[in-house]
Amino acid sequence: MAATTFGWLVLLCPIVGTVIIALGYKRLPGRTPGWIATAAIGLSFVCAIVMLVKLLDRPEAHRQLTSSLWNYASSVGVDAKLQILVDPLSVFMVLVVSGVSTLIHLYSVSYMAGDRGYSRFFAYLNYFVFSMLLLLLAGNFLLLIVGWAFVGAASYLLISFWYRRTTATRAGIKAFVINVVGDVGLVLGTFFIFTHTGTLDFLKTFAVAPHVFHHDSTDLVVGCLLLLVGAFAKSAQIPFHTWLPDAMEGPTPVSALIHAATMVTAGVYLIARMHPLFELAPTAADVGAVGGCLTLLIAGTIGLAVTDIKRVIAYSTMSQIGYMIMGVAAGAYSGALFLLMAHAFFKALLFMAAGSLISAMAGNQSLDRMSGFRRALPFTFACFVIGGMALSGLPPFSGWFSKDDILAYLNHRGGGFEIMGIAGYIGAILTAIYTFRMIFRAFFGEPCPEAKELEEGHLAHAEVPTNPQTGEVEDTDVGFPGPEHHIAEREWPMKIAMGALAALATVGGFLQIPGVDDAIRRFLAPSFATSRLAAAAPSTGADWIGLVIGAAIAVTGVAVAYRIWVLAPGTAAVVRERFAPLYRLFVNKWYFDELIDLAIVRPVAWFGQVTDTVLDRDLTTSVTTGGTVSVVDALSAAVRRAQTGFLRYYVALMLLGISGVVIYFLVSS
Amino acid sequence: MAIGWYLVVSALIFAIGAAGVLVRRSPLVILLCLELMLNAANLALVAFSRMWGGEDGQVFALIVMVVAACEVTVGLGLIVAMHRRRLPIDVDDLRELQG
Repeated sequence: MAATTFGWLVLLCPIVGTVIIALGYKRLPGRTPGWIATAAIGLSFVCAIVMLVKLLDRPEAHRQLTSSLWNYASSVGVDAKLQILVDPLSVFMVLVVSGVSTLIHLYSVSYMAGDRGYSRFFAYLNYFVFSMLLLLLAGNFLLLIVGWAFVGAASYLLISFWYRRTTATRAGIKAFVINVVGDVGLVLGTFFIFTHTGTLDFLKTFAVAPHVFHHDSTDLVVGCLLLLVGAFAKSAQIPFHTWLPDAMEGPTPVSALIHAATMVTAGVYLIARMHPLFELAPTAADVGAVGGCLTLLIAGTIGLAVTDIKRVIAYSTMSQIGYMIMGVAAGAYSGALFLLMAHAFFKALLFMAAGSLISAMAGNQSLDRMSGFRRALPFTFACFVIGGMALSGLPPFSGWFSKDDILAYLNHRGGGFEIMGIAGYIGAILTAIYTFRMIFRAFFGEPCPEAKELEEGHLAHAEVPTNPQTGEVEDTDVGFPGPEHHIAEREWPMKIAMGALAALATVGGFLQIPGVDDAIRRFLAPSFATSRLAAAAPSTGADWIGLVIGAAIAVTGVAVAYRIWVLAPGTAAVVRERFAPLYRLFVNKWYFDELIDLAIVRPVAWFGQVTDTVLDRDLTTSVTTGGTVSVVDALSAAVRRAQTGFLRYYVALMLLGISGVVIYFLVSS
Repeated sequence: MAIGWYLVVSALIFAIGAAGVLVRRSPLVILLCLELMLNAANLALVAFSRMWGGEDGQVFALIVMVVAACEVTVGLGLIVAMHRRRLPIDVDDLRELQG
């Protein structure tokens, strides 16, 4: 069978899983839905591996395969097909997504076990993976848009999974609305490109693009900028980022899967997939790179200040995706995709460890309350430290090889990109500081009551379940988190998932050691064969210099964190006092929410109110509709008066009428 | 004999029937008067049929008789039903169907 057949199978497994779980939720006992979901994604991963093997069998020049099952519409210049594209880029992404998803499903089997919405959770989760794989394998813009929108819907469903929590539903709506803005950008961008190329097919578009667009032509730049809006909204880049921290209202596995490892990297994939267009429109690409650069700095500074552990990780996700976006937009494709893979490993790991930690705190997520969990949660601690070291870019973890690959490329490209490279190093030191701030605050120091209890073997259970954000009292029925909490130390599926990811986060970096194996760059080469920028990679020596600088910076960051939170624990408060305005800026997230509220939400709400009162009530209801109604009312009142109910009266009228007619005809004839 | 006389008789019967429907309040009498009107029409039909020498008018008269029979059946049935329910047998009192 051909590689594309397995591509279809990759898509089939999760959707079958969704259907089975969704239809059979009443009959599936206990943890069965979780195992079915895990098996479905696992099968998908196996198919992806077979697809990879089949693809590697082919000569390098023939590694872009398309397969079309069905013509949706093929007329007047529209070629809308149910079509997938299997090439190294999509296979790479599918492998990462299905692999990490399998592990996260495995983790969720235990983590969500106490929840009353267990089946629903796995049906959604499988549906999400299907949508994501559809997005990645799509062979034309149409299917890409479909996958893109599905993924947004799945994200909404999972953020608002605990639908009786007002904060969660609010966050879900926010994420969905911002994602729809991105969808609109993607669709409009597609139109701009389609009007010139006349085809939806990716490969044909890329083949035609250099002939129909001249370098940096306005339409292409506008189209690419609109695609960037889509990418930025999905990947939570400034100014479309405010939904991601709020999305942490969802269950922790969802944060790990959707809001760290897979969905939010869709924007990176989109830019990488569209690289022939972005290389033709350097203005748009530069805008993307600058956006990524700003995001990584701003998110890093916010990560220093917020105290909700999941939100810290969320801001670090934004910051890491900022690196990737900056990388792909600047042309460091293999480096950015390498970071995407490494990030999927270590960020999923960090979220899983954070989930275990939150469970040990009986649902509380505040770093202010946690401390000294090192002895109570040894396994979680080890995983968190591995994830944290990979995130900070300490050698020899995967984050080190990948992030510094991007930064070396930027410095090599020179010009404005060198400034971005330096900004990237500043971001790296921030990353190391906030990551180890989490570790030092949660795991070191005097154990908090929950940690002490756990050391004696009692897992803390909240007396009264409350919303960690608002403190509202909740119950544990469906629509709220379940009554039980699960920590990795006591649940083997969680342990296996975290262990596997910890191993991958440690050794994943060895896939691409400059000058040694370069496996990812060589594997992805066929997808970027026509790219000018991919060919202009820095020399091995320059790469290694970048790696050394990156390592030095990461170590500095960790040392700073150690100084502030371990050696002299009061330092943080002193620094906070000293730079009070700056601290307020960071802890209020640079006032982006307030800004968007002021610039967009309030004017729109005001406009809505005005149209409601003026257009709807005053004009439509009172004048237009009201006028018509009163005319009809008056007429019918007049007619109604004739209906007296007296039979003889009707007869008399009828006789009179008929006589009138007869007399008229007699007279007129 | 000229057709005029037949028509005069027919018109007379029709007018009597119509006047009866208008002035009487008992549904039974109204039905009787309706029969009168129908039969006036029948007489006119037969007269015209004879004038033209065709049988169409006679056929029509037969059909009208059938319809009249049906109508009387329904009407009498209604009156019996009204009586059983102890409703007033007076068309002026039965005036719920008003606008």
